[in-house]
Amino acid sequence: MRAKGTKTLLAVAAIAIFGTQVFAAPPRDDSQIERGHKVYQKWCYPCHGPGAGHPGTASLAARGQKPAVLEERADLTPPMIKTFVRHGTSFMPTFRKTEISDADLDAIAAYLTKSGKP
Amino acid sequence: MRLPPGVSSKNFASALKEFEGAVGADWVFTSDDDVDLYRDSYSPFWHEAEEPVPSAAVAPDSVEAVQKFVRIANRYKIPFWTISTGKNLGYGGAAPLLSGTMVLDLKRMDRVLEVNEKNAYALVEPGVSYFDLYRHIQDRKLKVWIDPADPGWGSPMGNSLDRGGGRTPMRDHFDAVCGMEVVLPSGELLRTGMGALPGAQTWQQYKYGFGPYVDGLFSQSSLGVVTKMGVWLFPEPEAYLTGTVIVYKRADIGPLVATLAYLMNSKIVLGTTTVGSPLTFARQDPQLAALYAKPGGPSTEELEEFAREKNLGFWSIELPFYGPAKVVAAQWEHAQEKFSAIPGVKFQDGPMRRFPLDAEAAASAPFPASVAMGIPNLAVFGVGSTRSQGHLWFSPIIPMTGAAVLEAQQAFTQAYRDMGMAMGPMFFLGPSSNYPRCFLVLFGFPIEHDVAKNRTNREHFKKLIGVAAEHGWGEYRTHTAFMQTVSDVYSYNNHALRRLHETIKDAVDPNGILSPGKCGIWPKGMRKA
Repeated sequence: MRAKGTKTLLAVAAIAIFGTQVFAAPPRDDSQIERGHKVYQKWCYPCHGPGAGHPGTASLAARGQKPAVLEERADLTPPMIKTFVRHGTSFMPTFRKTEISDADLDAIAAYLTKSGKP
Repeated sequence: MRLPPGVSSKNFASALKEFEGAVGADWVFTSDDDVDLYRDSYSPFWHEAEEPVPSAAVAPDSVEAVQKFVRIANRYKIPFWTISTGKNLGYGGAAPLLSGTMVLDLKRMDRVLEVNEKNAYALVEPGVSYFDLYRHIQDRKLKVWIDPADPGWGSPMGNSLDRGGGRTPMRDHFDAVCGMEVVLPSGELLRTGMGALPGAQTWQQYKYGFGPYVDGLFSQSSLGVVTKMGVWLFPEPEAYLTGTVIVYKRADIGPLVATLAYLMNSKIVLGTTTVGSPLTFARQDPQLAALYAKPGGPSTEELEEFAREKNLGFWSIELPFYGPAKVVAAQWEHAQEKFSAIPGVKFQDGPMRRFPLDAEAAASAPFPASVAMGIPNLAVFGVGSTRSQGHLWFSPIIPMTGAAVLEAQQAFTQAYRDMGMAMGPMFFLGPSSNYPRCFLVLFGFPIEHDVAKNRTNREHFKKLIGVAAEHGWGEYRTHTAFMQTVSDVYSYNNHALRRLHETIKDAVDPNGILSPGKCGIWPKGMRKA
């Protein structure tokens, strides 16, 4: 039986129940954030960039997500980001470790959860 | 731990140890969490036991490591399924056809080995994506274009080997392949074409080498692991011009397509265009919706009357022209002269884009013009519903004639009605010239996280394969779930072609370790009598 969808739902449910409080913000690491920015540009931006032609952003907007652009959001947490990258959601597929390594995923999470976003 | 078919847990454990020695322990994936990343995100078997799930995955980063892996797999008779970027969504993703098959993941082999601007070719490894190759070229300001598949995260090698199509004059991707390096099931390395000549200076410039031309054997194939591939590029043109032709009668499809075919076969129009209908975009109009709600649907006269009232065409095509600005303007003028034989035809000038585009213009180019200008992106995923869970592609090839377009429209509309399915608007957008001298028709089947709906969709998909075959149309490529069904309809002379494929398979891969079941070709030990 396929468990991927269930795992995603459980992870999202946990995020919804526990909010962001259980995930203490790590100390800011600028090199990690810069690495995350680069990885984000390569792997995430083509779908989640602003404006037309970015179907991930369009899908989130259609679901009422405000803001729909990931880089503009303040409610993302590292576990939430990692869950979606490794388990996918909607038409977003999973990403393998040969595409986005665990270290790169940590960096994406650092970038998207850094304070004082541009 | 999941096991490959026919392999004991003891032998598998031994093999995994040896795989670690060959590719590095970090790149042998065996935990369920890691291996699940190789399942098909757009599987039509969601929540069903039939979903093919791999047993493990390995990710070498060199040809030598691939050879070591293949030799070990051959010794232990462990079947594996090869992926390049693994984003073959709609046709199977990264997953194998048969549960337990390992995945050989070549994503780490992502080097652009050469881009030759003067002779317009590249030599790439399997893990290079269209994005990667585009960035490589842009960073060096080279005056050559790639021809991306609509999803830019695809692999030039993987897509070409799957005989995918694009939109520029290099759109027939396998036709643009020139020279391969292949690891055979024995682990032996060979180079095709001129690559068979040590020190060859024309491996990426002359396809055929000497003797029988075998490159096709490694497309949609289970005969070898391709580790390098030459791909021809397109010199950046001075300009790209589009012009739209609109006709107003249903019967105009005949001369419309005949003229298009003449222009394409004459190499005046070179690129992908789609026969569309402005009526498609009016399907939400209450008046048109009422006509479609009638038993038997609207008559031709009613549709033509509606189109006239709304000042819509019945059919339209947007023609692409690539080359010097003066030349493309003359080509469009010539095309208009040819289409003017159709009474009432109208023309709309599209934009004339000149190159190089600045970075902002390239980044903001709308889809599909972006892909038609060699700019990879993921905008195609926005074409369907924003609530989509994925899709499958039913993709038959039909003749490039108006009669075939009408026959396909009638046949598939009737098939949809017989199956009680709603006919989506996609069909009218379907017939596309991704390949010379024929049309590719694409039907998007939604993936649902609903077992009953997916079972029904799979049955409908198989029925459409049968309907197409009855009309003499076959699929150019299909999802792993339907490879056997499609193979079954390519049955001329008691499956003479499949029997030849099997003979070659048995000779080249006697242990049947490469991609069992791919395109309906099974190793001897798994073949049905």
